[in-house]
Amino acid sequence: MNILDLLADGEHDASAQPALRARRPLPTRWISALTLGSLLLAWWLVTAAGWVEPLFLPSPADILNRAWSLLTQGYMDASLWQHLAASLGRIGFALLAATLTAIPVGIAIGYNRVARGILDPLIEFYRPIPPLAYLPLIVIWCGIGEASKVLLIYLAIFAPIAIATATGVRTVDPARLRAAQSLGASKAQLVRHVILPSALPDILTGIRIGLGVGWSTLVAAELIAATSGLGFIVQSAAQFLVTDVVVLGILLIALIAFALEMSLRALQRKLVPWHGQAH
Amino acid sequence: MALLELEHISAQYPGATAPVLADINLSLGPRQLLVALGPSGSGKTSLLNLIAGFVSPSSGRITLDGVPVAGPGAERGVVFQDDALLPWQNVLANVAFGLELAGVPRAQRQAKAREMLALVDLHGFAERSIWQLSGGQKQRVGLARALAADPRVLLMDEPFGALDAFTREQMQELLLQVWQRTAKPVFLITHDIEEAVFLASDLILLAPNPGRVVERLQLDFGQRYAAGEPARAIKSDPAFIETREHVLARVFSQRQALKEHA
Repeated sequence: MNILDLLADGEHDASAQPALRARRPLPTRWISALTLGSLLLAWWLVTAAGWVEPLFLPSPADILNRAWSLLTQGYMDASLWQHLAASLGRIGFALLAATLTAIPVGIAIGYNRVARGILDPLIEFYRPIPPLAYLPLIVIWCGIGEASKVLLIYLAIFAPIAIATATGVRTVDPARLRAAQSLGASKAQLVRHVILPSALPDILTGIRIGLGVGWSTLVAAELIAATSGLGFIVQSAAQFLVTDVVVLGILLIALIAFALEMSLRALQRKLVPWHGQAH
Repeated sequence: MALLELEHISAQYPGATAPVLADINLSLGPRQLLVALGPSGSGKTSLLNLIAGFVSPSSGRITLDGVPVAGPGAERGVVFQDDALLPWQNVLANVAFGLELAGVPRAQRQAKAREMLALVDLHGFAERSIWQLSGGQKQRVGLARALAADPRVLLMDEPFGALDAFTREQMQELLLQVWQRTAKPVFLITHDIEEAVFLASDLILLAPNPGRVVERLQLDFGQRYAAGEPARAIKSDPAFIETREHVLARVFSQRQALKEHA
């Protein structure tokens, strides 16, 4: 459940109780649905009436038709699924590599003074640089193949996960550490049984932020140097002024970002049900 | 049986000039329930942290059965003021945690944990999540967890300080029953005078600046409860009230002396 839903539920409960006979106010979800509906209606209206050239804004029906043809015939020698798989494969691979390396690095930074001294300045140096600023350098080093795109996304995802993990490790309740020590825990057992689970909520938040940054970086990288992927579809369609494909690509990119965010939230609820519970 | 000894213990915070504890001598043997009572700033918690091995003394020796204490270890179980349980494990896994760390097989450690839960009157709670428990129940889980690792001494850091008055009395009675049944030496710190007088077989009164022992008493109210006398009868016994008032007077005289000193 996101914050808007929570707010909506709160409003609903508060206003439903005092006046039983009063008309039920419109739930927030309905207001949101109405907004989207009006937007779609306005879009259909201006295009159907011919107030806007299809070059600037194609009608919803054109978009649907184009979606169907993309699904059945593909785009630029590859099916839509292949473009989708190319994008998801790049971010998936980078995410996996970043998770496997950033969590141990984050634990080292949070747990060990020397490791913090070595790694912290390196991460803090490259983290604020927009990934597209160092993309040219990566292209010089690794070419314009898959490696440079995956490396770019990897670097974008790595920093938020490492920093969130280090924060999680540093804020472990000292009483829990002492409790485990007085039960005979070794250093390795402390990491495995206390520090890692304590930091898990922070790690998952780091992954959520990393995925968001990584997705933006991926699409941007595909806009510049790619022959497949969702970013490539938007970019090449724009060059041929195929506006319906551009709009469709943007909608798909938004949809996938939303799906990634929602699945990460679901994972968070499943893995750390104790998070946010009163102690 | 276990014997814990502290000889000439002094302790200092790093960088501080005044010691927190000065020349503390204590011994804790079988069938003893040693209560350290003192106002805040008298070094109670520091004393417990020293025995637990979380910090090292600046001078003096702490030994358990003749072996010097170096760092925390499973032979000195600790019950904390705030439960310090692990919320990603259920009650049973929390109680079995010490045995898991020691590499005891699952079936065996769960059997032991269930036995400990029964000892603290939490039979039906094994599968519960930690956040579903009340404050008193969490402290019982903390006690069961410390006992499951079968420590030689049990250290309790103001274990009932955060509980409401009703629950605190229940927990005091439960602790006496457990102490009687397991025969473990217990070292407990508190700032509650009635609790100290009721529980202690041996009571030490600590005074601050620097933390030192100003009075030692041997009491039998806890034994009387364990032998079957009702708690209310003990607490309304003139002897109990007299002891409580005596300890209270000592605490106040300390405070007065401190004021004049300042």
